[in-house]
Amino acid sequence: MHGFANPKRFLTIARPLTPALLVLGSLLLFGSLAYGLFAAPAERLQGETVRILFVHVPAAWLGMAGWSVIAMASIAEIVWRHPLAAIAGRAAAVPGAMFTAICLATGSLWGRPAWGTWWEWDGRLTSMLVLLFLYFGYIALAGATAREGVSSRISAIFGIVGVINVPVIHYSVLWWYSIHQPPSLSMGKSAMAPEFLWPLLAATLGFSLIFSAVVLMRMRALLADAQAEARLRRKALDSDRRPTQGEW
Amino acid sequence: MRAGLDPWPFVIASYALAIIATFALVWWSWRAMRRAEKRREEVRRK
Repeated sequence: MHGFANPKRFLTIARPLTPALLVLGSLLLFGSLAYGLFAAPAERLQGETVRILFVHVPAAWLGMAGWSVIAMASIAEIVWRHPLAAIAGRAAAVPGAMFTAICLATGSLWGRPAWGTWWEWDGRLTSMLVLLFLYFGYIALAGATAREGVSSRISAIFGIVGVINVPVIHYSVLWWYSIHQPPSLSMGKSAMAPEFLWPLLAATLGFSLIFSAVVLMRMRALLADAQAEARLRRKALDSDRRPTQGEW
Repeated sequence: MRAGLDPWPFVIASYALAIIATFALVWWSWRAMRRAEKRREEVRRK
């Protein structure tokens, strides 16, 4: 784990891994979504709207997984001072926010025909909206600390504190009365028919591989920016130290 | 399922939104990465 925190080693692994994740993720995604759209059977209660499951559930999972990555990277940054940990946290924020927004939008599009409403202020929906606002706060804070040259530990602490919302989202449908259905999938158990379960797992894996590729690309971009800035600063310092002719 | 609402526009809108947003994110991240790595190489060469 500590070995991967070396930027040079990270780049050696990330360069071939990025296109491989993108290609494999896209294949899985298009296969499972084509099945979801054209071949999956209509469900007894929800009818054709059940097809939204194949985009809504992976987006919800990635919204929560994105913040879990931020929290783990923040812990690694504070405890072990990994040079890449802050970059990993920042890299996961934008894709995490994007998938949270997709989850909320597709949930709303599912809610209108299924429940007769676009939005309800219940535990699951509200805690997911709070997650989106947490992402906005983290992105703004991490950007400001990087721009102003302030310690990135401030955003790391925010990342750790914010993770409290992830179990709240998961258990909200059990703790409070909710219009949202309880979880159909948990560790080793499924209340879902196999014709929905396996394509859903494939779609989730496809979206997750693409999410990982995006995180790697954003890490590479942030790392390249940091290295270019460091080199420019070093050059500026060197030219300041070099004496001019009149000083000899 | 509420009677009287055609579900297909909602299903198609969900798929279109998810696919377009995902691949827009991939394209934007790829461009940002290429731009940043190109800049780093230019700074190294100077």
